[in-house]
Amino acid sequence: MHLAVEALTAGYPGHTAVRGVDLSVPAGQVVAIVGPNGCGKSTLLRAMARLHKPSSGSVRAGDADVWQLRQRAAAHRIALLPQSPQAPEAVTVAGLVRYGRHPHQGLFRQWSREDEQAVREALDATGATELAERRLDQLSGGQRQRCWLAMVLAQQTPIVLLDEPTSALDLGHAVEVLELVREVAAAGRTVVMVLHDLASAARYADTIVAMNAGEVLAHGPSREVVDAALVKELYGIDADILRAPGDGSPVVVPVARG
Amino acid sequence: MSITQVGGVSGAQTEPPITRPKRIHRPTLLAAAALAVLLLLLALLSLLIGTGSSTVGRAWDFLLGDPSARADAQVRLAVMDVRLPRTVAAVLVGVCLGAAGCLLQAVTRNPLAETGLLGVNSGAALGVVIGLTYFGVDSPYAMLVWALVGGMAASAVVLLLAASGRAAGSPLRLVLAGSALGATFHGLTSYVLLSTQSTFDTYRYWTIGSLAGIETSDTYPLLPLIAVGLLVAFGCARPLGALALGDDSARSLGHHPGRIRVVVAGAVTLLAGSAVALAGPVAFLGLLAPYAARTVSGPRIGSQLLLSALVAAGVLIVADLLARVVIRPWETPVSVLLAFIGGPLLIWIARTDRMSTAGASA
Repeated sequence: MHLAVEALTAGYPGHTAVRGVDLSVPAGQVVAIVGPNGCGKSTLLRAMARLHKPSSGSVRAGDADVWQLRQRAAAHRIALLPQSPQAPEAVTVAGLVRYGRHPHQGLFRQWSREDEQAVREALDATGATELAERRLDQLSGGQRQRCWLAMVLAQQTPIVLLDEPTSALDLGHAVEVLELVREVAAAGRTVVMVLHDLASAARYADTIVAMNAGEVLAHGPSREVVDAALVKELYGIDADILRAPGDGSPVVVPVARG
Repeated sequence: MSITQVGGVSGAQTEPPITRPKRIHRPTLLAAAALAVLLLLLALLSLLIGTGSSTVGRAWDFLLGDPSARADAQVRLAVMDVRLPRTVAAVLVGVCLGAAGCLLQAVTRNPLAETGLLGVNSGAALGVVIGLTYFGVDSPYAMLVWALVGGMAASAVVLLLAASGRAAGSPLRLVLAGSALGATFHGLTSYVLLSTQSTFDTYRYWTIGSLAGIETSDTYPLLPLIAVGLLVAFGCARPLGALALGDDSARSLGHHPGRIRVVVAGAVTLLAGSAVALAGPVAFLGLLAPYAARTVSGPRIGSQLLLSALVAAGVLIVADLLARVVIRPWETPVSVLLAFIGGPLLIWIARTDRMSTAGASA
């Protein structure tokens, strides 16, 4: 499903976090939003996720304005993995993933075959099937993040939003999660994620959106967008941009001062 | 039915049953059945022992329909008019407080939340005092009505405050509004009490929660309120469970956290208001019963509610039984007994790391 942000402005009393952002994400693409802390990238993601009401502008998911949809209808189109999600204590992995089916259930519409199927596929896709009966709080950080992804996938939305899905993970698990994100997009879903690490954003996203002070500074395929000037503008540091020998994707190496 | 299939047996039929939620959580079912049986036995004991002049044997004969026992007015009085109403009230109050405590802890994500949090108890106290002082209330039934009205009104004000303005319906607002208004009501109660001496004695007795002197007919007007409260509670089980994921996740799963909180707090008001109207403020029960329930039910809200209600009802019957016999022929109010049991238990919980199973979050 196509996701479009038009002239979006959002903020808090006395502070505008996002100013007039336009963004268009075709179905099946992975977009990474990068930028320094406090640049408005999380607010932008929250506005897309229908969690933060923009003061002006619109977010369209497919043919509908997200903010015109009912909460439940929006939950059929857009799923979100927050930055540090809270787990109910003592919940099992299967129990967690089942939460993803809430938008499809009602007071009288109980667990169905489709729910069962969706949960099983989500566990399968994230390689968490063996963990299903385990308690979430007894898993490692990397395993846990895969389970959270499984919950989001079980929601079976065409659009998936991820807020720093790799922030608490070591390199190996971060790569694992990002590979998973690519698979999710390959299966036809649209993914927008906020990332801190420019290098992994460049490698795993089709498009990079670089933000600073609430505005989009650069927007395009990672190989064209990421250069020394952008890094300087975003983070205020000098950096060498190398090309990875494998696939030529940009690698940012900050220059030591002095 | 959790048989994990090992290896790839016949393709189409290897459905991993792990992903199917068991319709009813098995340990919960067993615990609920055991508790229900226990509750029946306790209720029976409660009809046989204490208050009123009748020996256990005579009361037993009466229940079995022995003609001579049936004809004995003293036994009939003890069993039917004294013990039966108390037993019914203990079950009702227990169920109310158990369920209300469970709801409130889930909705505030605070394992130490208590039913008094919404200002129900302080509002009920104010209602009783106003009724006693300005409206010449003299019957227990009239006091019950004043307590109910006071509790509901107080809770409504707290909810209105918590549900308005920025961050509407957040747990913090609920707690703040509850404790602020609770203090206000408390102050008003003290003011009225200080200005009129005569009210004080009656009030002092009311404020120590007790089941003595209740008549079965007192409970009738509360039954619909309790029924609605319980229905809403069980109906909210799923969205309430999603709140445990945090507001952002709950909303992106299609729920309305603010709305859920207000509806659930409404149910808490009905339940806790009914309980306080029947028995006065009874502490600890709404705190401990959900905690005990969670050790079996885990995070499942529906199971928690069921077990918590059963546990609380059982504990209250036991406390009421003890209340009758501890310093015979006088009575100790149940709330005093519960405080004696509850205090040490609370310390024990705080000292073990069991807080986390309650879903405590930073």
